[in-house]
Amino acid sequence: MKLYCLSGHPTLPCNVLKFKSTTIMLDCGLDMTSTLNFLPLPLVQSPRLSKLPGWVLKDGNTFLDKELKECSGHVFVDSVPEFCLPETELLDLSTVDVILISNYHCMMALPYITEYTGFTGTVYATEPTVQIGRLLMEELVNFIERVPKAQSASLWKNKEVQRLLPAPLKDAVEVSTWRRCYTVPEVNAALSKIQLVGYSQKIELFGAVQVTPLSSGYALGSSNWIIQSHYEKVSYVSGSSLLTTHPQAMDQASLKNSDVLILTGLTQIPTANPDGMVGEFCSNLAMTVRNGGNVLVPCYPSGVIYDLLECLYQYIDSAGLSNVPFYFISPVANSSLEFSQIFAEWLCHNKQTKVYLPEPPFPHAELIQTNKLKHYPSIHGDFSNDFKQPCVVFTGHPSLRFGDVVHFMELWGKSSLNTVIFTEPDFSYLDALAPYQPLAMKCVYCPIDTRLNFIQVSKLLKEVQPLHVVCPEQYTQPPPTQSHRTDLMIDCQPPAMSYRRAEVLTLPFRRRYEKIEIMPELADSLVPLEIKPGISLATVSAVLHTKDNKHVLQPPPKPTQPPASKKRKRVSDDAPECKPLKPLLSGSIPMDQFVQTLEKHGFSDVKVEDTAKGHIVLLQEAETLIQIEEDSTHIICDNDETLRVKLRDLVLKFLQKF
Amino acid sequence: MDRECSQLLPSVCAVLADSRQLVADDTFLEKFLDWFKTLTETESSLLLLQENPCLTELITCVLKLKDPSSSTLSFILRLTGIFAASESCFQYLQQRELLISLFGEVGPLSSALWEEASVRSGWVQGVHSMVQHQSALHFLCNCGAIDVIFTLQGDPSLFVASAANQLLVHMLTFSLQSFQTKLVNIKDCDWPVCAQKLIVHIEESLKSNSASRIKQSLKLLTSMFGCCHDLWTEVLWSQLSERIVYLLEEKPVHAWHSLVDLFLSMARSPVFSCPECSLWTSVTCALEHLNPAQVGRLAVGVLKLQECPQAVRIQALSVLLQPMDCVLKAASHPLEYPGLLNRSVNDSATVETLLSCRSSCASLLCQTLAHLEELQYLTYLPVDLPYIPLLQSVVTILQFCIGLATPASCLGNKISRILIGCFRVQRSALDILGALSHRESHSVFMGSVSDILLAYLKSPDTSPTVLKKSFQATLKWLVRLSEAPSSRDHWQQTEQFIRDLFLVLQKRLCSPYWEVRDSALEFLTLLVKHLREKDGFRQVLFSSEVPKLTEDLLEDPESYVRASAVTAMGQLSLLTQLISKMPGIENGNGKEKSIVAQLQEILSTDSEGFPRRAVISVFIDWLKEGHPDVLKDTEQFVSSVLQAVNSDLDWEVKAGGLELAEVFSAQTLGRLGLAACPYAAVSSSATRSTHLSESLQIFCRVKLFEFLFGALCDFDRPVAQKACDILITLKAELCEESSLREGTRAGLSTEAHGIAWLEETLRRWSSCAEPCPRGNADGAGSQDPNGVLLVLRTVDLEGLHGSLNRSSDHIEKSPQSLLQDILATVGTLEDNEADCY
Repeated sequence: MKLYCLSGHPTLPCNVLKFKSTTIMLDCGLDMTSTLNFLPLPLVQSPRLSKLPGWVLKDGNTFLDKELKECSGHVFVDSVPEFCLPETELLDLSTVDVILISNYHCMMALPYITEYTGFTGTVYATEPTVQIGRLLMEELVNFIERVPKAQSASLWKNKEVQRLLPAPLKDAVEVSTWRRCYTVPEVNAALSKIQLVGYSQKIELFGAVQVTPLSSGYALGSSNWIIQSHYEKVSYVSGSSLLTTHPQAMDQASLKNSDVLILTGLTQIPTANPDGMVGEFCSNLAMTVRNGGNVLVPCYPSGVIYDLLECLYQYIDSAGLSNVPFYFISPVANSSLEFSQIFAEWLCHNKQTKVYLPEPPFPHAELIQTNKLKHYPSIHGDFSNDFKQPCVVFTGHPSLRFGDVVHFMELWGKSSLNTVIFTEPDFSYLDALAPYQPLAMKCVYCPIDTRLNFIQVSKLLKEVQPLHVVCPEQYTQPPPTQSHRTDLMIDCQPPAMSYRRAEVLTLPFRRRYEKIEIMPELADSLVPLEIKPGISLATVSAVLHTKDNKHVLQPPPKPTQPPASKKRKRVSDDAPECKPLKPLLSGSIPMDQFVQTLEKHGFSDVKVEDTAKGHIVLLQEAETLIQIEEDSTHIICDNDETLRVKLRDLVLKFLQKF
Repeated sequence: MDRECSQLLPSVCAVLADSRQLVADDTFLEKFLDWFKTLTETESSLLLLQENPCLTELITCVLKLKDPSSSTLSFILRLTGIFAASESCFQYLQQRELLISLFGEVGPLSSALWEEASVRSGWVQGVHSMVQHQSALHFLCNCGAIDVIFTLQGDPSLFVASAANQLLVHMLTFSLQSFQTKLVNIKDCDWPVCAQKLIVHIEESLKSNSASRIKQSLKLLTSMFGCCHDLWTEVLWSQLSERIVYLLEEKPVHAWHSLVDLFLSMARSPVFSCPECSLWTSVTCALEHLNPAQVGRLAVGVLKLQECPQAVRIQALSVLLQPMDCVLKAASHPLEYPGLLNRSVNDSATVETLLSCRSSCASLLCQTLAHLEELQYLTYLPVDLPYIPLLQSVVTILQFCIGLATPASCLGNKISRILIGCFRVQRSALDILGALSHRESHSVFMGSVSDILLAYLKSPDTSPTVLKKSFQATLKWLVRLSEAPSSRDHWQQTEQFIRDLFLVLQKRLCSPYWEVRDSALEFLTLLVKHLREKDGFRQVLFSSEVPKLTEDLLEDPESYVRASAVTAMGQLSLLTQLISKMPGIENGNGKEKSIVAQLQEILSTDSEGFPRRAVISVFIDWLKEGHPDVLKDTEQFVSSVLQAVNSDLDWEVKAGGLELAEVFSAQTLGRLGLAACPYAAVSSSATRSTHLSESLQIFCRVKLFEFLFGALCDFDRPVAQKACDILITLKAELCEESSLREGTRAGLSTEAHGIAWLEETLRRWSSCAEPCPRGNADGAGSQDPNGVLLVLRTVDLEGLHGSLNRSSDHIEKSPQSLLQDILATVGTLEDNEADCY
């Protein structure tokens, strides 16, 4: 059993598990942090960005000044943003049989895999995952395609050139494999390969293994996966949450008794408690708006935004913010808000019960009804007519490199009255803000990551007790910036096995058993013999028939009649020849009695020596040695077959035959 | 006993002696016993028995009953004990063989009812009451009762066991009370038999293997040493000390809790205070042998003692400091701190084991921190506390709790893992951090305390309760720093801290959690109250957004927050008004609503009691301190407040209104020179009369009397009482002899009237829009000074005062009423029985 690790990002995993005869890809996350190296794509012509000076090498060489721009001491690539794909060289991805998706954030690289690698298998995911994943992909494509960029930079990717660049460009990994965003047809083609599944549904893969999605409590339709055969169980835990937010609660019980538990997608901000961060978010929002400033919240169109809107729903009246407009701007804003209300069966219990009243499960419906929350596909069109300040704007993309958020950063960045509040933990807020420097607006970092923290992981592991834990290497040591925080790592026994990008792990357990069916007529013919109370044995002579990873024991073919004529024996091609079976032996030899028996049969001068594994009986006169061990007996005598047979028969007297 | 009771008593006794008369409610039996206890204290018990033979008959009858109820039997046991406390009475009962039948082996002891805990408890209490003379002791020794008491020490009922223990203590101290020991060896002394028996029992128990027997004896000794400070206790101790030390040396020490209690009880006794006393050897032994989690209470107790050998004190302090020392050393610090200890008491491995275990670490630290905090409040601490390292260790604990400390050892790693996010320890550490401010040191504060406080105040993960504690600690430090004489530079640094603090406060006032908003407002109120004299503070305050946010919180959906916002605004408004031309809060100028109007609106419209109560107490403060807006038109202000309070249903708001009325009336009278000041120049009677009528007119204009009389009729006793007190004071000021005489001359009735009449008058006042003809009390309106004065004179305020001060059940408390109740209850039961039949 092997695990191929194609992604180095612990919360955007992409691993391939080879288990029995199947090749299963676990998630295909897309690392978008590469886009932080690029200049933002402004929706409206930005004089500031277009006037940025080109980057010049120390020696005055200007050959890169068209590709690279400098802003407040940082260098950015002036080109269409590109993404860092999962490793494609480590194994032939066309051999992947199935892809299991755990949540909508972990499927963003799907088109690259399904459309470029010769993949012919099936993708399994829950319905909300697919629908919201589609929204995220469509938003991403829309954000990038609607700002066409004339030039495409590639010079800087040259290894020799890259060496000369300042950090972080210099240290960016595998830039040659970075790719532009996919297109809508590619998204559609990739999504068409998905087969929808429900929680706890058992899916057979080639008769060899069974895969089952379980609720993981992190996002709408998010799942952990169980991959099991009859005797082995691998759990894949990716992006799970034990907090009571909108999704259905995490199913922990089904993860019990795993041989291997692959653990990914823990919280990216283990020191920030989501409750405290929500408080921080609300306080900063209120303070800014009270002072007449605007609040910008860069976010994804689905996920935490639902919880934030719910908190604000309860908070705005108490904070005197009833008259402040909330805008949600995204090409998929409308679909996201509406989808959230129709996936009742995937929601937490409280929200499910609301549906029976009937009431919309999320209170943002009421915010929309009362005109407190307004949503628009983009800043163009209706929004510009309705726009009122001070206001709160939720919009993408959290990287601040594309999407409507770029416009608001340019618009509000100059005033210290305004605040940008980062709630998504995927991007470093300092890096995200780098191309907007110098910036007067206030920046607040309130990352809200509801995924498991290390305390919860340690409780979870105690509860489900897997034999082995496998996780990204980042989880096996304290965060580099807080090396004294030994509480911020996985602590389990035996220690977790760690992996990094482009590594292949041999998982630490061996398959020892395989289930085989016995045909009824064969079973009828067995004659069990009780060798210990409660334990019966029987010998079986049969033909093992294997097809579609299922093994069946069938009755052996009848022995062929001896040919009437004394013709030469013809080797049968149909069935293997069945030799008469020697009986099997069991039991142990009591040494005292054995020695007495030997003496009775005329062997004198019998000596018994104890060895580590059993005994050695020496018959000095006969120059013979009987080696008796737990599972074997050897009679060593010098070419005296009669003596050997005699001794053998004496040994056999003490053993049971069947 | 009065005649009525004597007449009722026989029938009551008959009822009690009748086994068929089951009494459902036996609380009256307790009252009955209380009554007899009082009676026997004032009258001769013997006479009481002789004059009321029904009592003796009652005891006899109950004894003869085949199947008495357990409550009746218990009652009889206790009643007999009360009588037998008098020696003559004891003889009287003894002659009739009643005592032996009740307390001897043949009595309830051998009956099935002994299974009832109430009977055993009655028996113990009866014996306890009885042991007031030697005859009783002899009787108990002879009838085998002492062995029964020993058995009862381990009774399954905790009440009985505790009572038995107390009884033994009483018997021991009583038997030795008159014993004049020469204080030689106890074995040579001729101690009373009873005492000897008890001491042997204690010794045997201490030597036994039974943990429960050991604990019982230790408890007994604890109570005994606690209440008896005679010299013989020292002799007793010298006999037992060896065994006690042996108990301490056992591993593990099972009875550590009881041993600590014993030592603390003994250490407080003057008998053992001498430094050479062997007690201190045992205490030293306990401090060494018990682990820090067990011995903390003893250590802090020792440090609180006035008389104690210095070496023991130092050792006790070391015990408390040891866990702190370990924590300090477990983290690496930018500066080298001296350790907390010169030498270690316990071996540090024990403390380290306790600290590295999840179950014991937090509790040991909380306990130690609480004990050390207790020491900070002592007026005099007889040992030197290493203040700076202690403070640093507290800061280190707080750093560990939020992951800011860098572990310097394996233990540090473990402590870090255990403490991160541990609210219990955070709360205890913040408590002591605040308490340590009394040894204010500016450099220490700026060095590490301010950083850790800001870290807690800023952190979004700080729980609301921990945040409250952080605010409290911050306040203590700031108040101390503001009071201490310090250099200009120092205070400027503090101001920088306050500036950072206000940024946090601003955010906390916007928190979505009401507890946080509430604590922030409470903190702000106290901060303004204590630091308002500081220029720099005022500047920071008014240049921040805090005043505006506070004003916004007057409309908070949560009533507690509104109440706190009202109180905070009260302070802020006073501060703004008291300093001239301060930017920030504007009051009435260019604003839609003045703060006075806003608060008045809350007073008259808020649906919750807390904000209204807060408003009234702010108004009282403003009136007392002379808030300019109030001074502008005090009469109008008071009148409108009283009007709002008058219709309020909350009694606390009303009581607040009355306090305001009291302050106002005192201020008015004082301003006009009528206050009862002994050194004031005596004004001529003509001037005085003018001033009187002037004040009266003011009171009438603000409808003070209408409000006070209304409150006097209020159903809530505290309101009526307070109104009555104020009216009595006003009456004394306003209704002089002369005016009384005047009233009589005018032919007006001086007959005292009660509440009904007053209510009728008030009704008439409220319906009477126009002032009625002068001098006619019945028809006069509330605005007419003479009419008001007449009512003030006419209402029987003194009588009302008396009846209001009596508790509501004063009539039902009399013994006669009790006896009647018993009879009545039985009567009702009979009726019910008949009904059921």
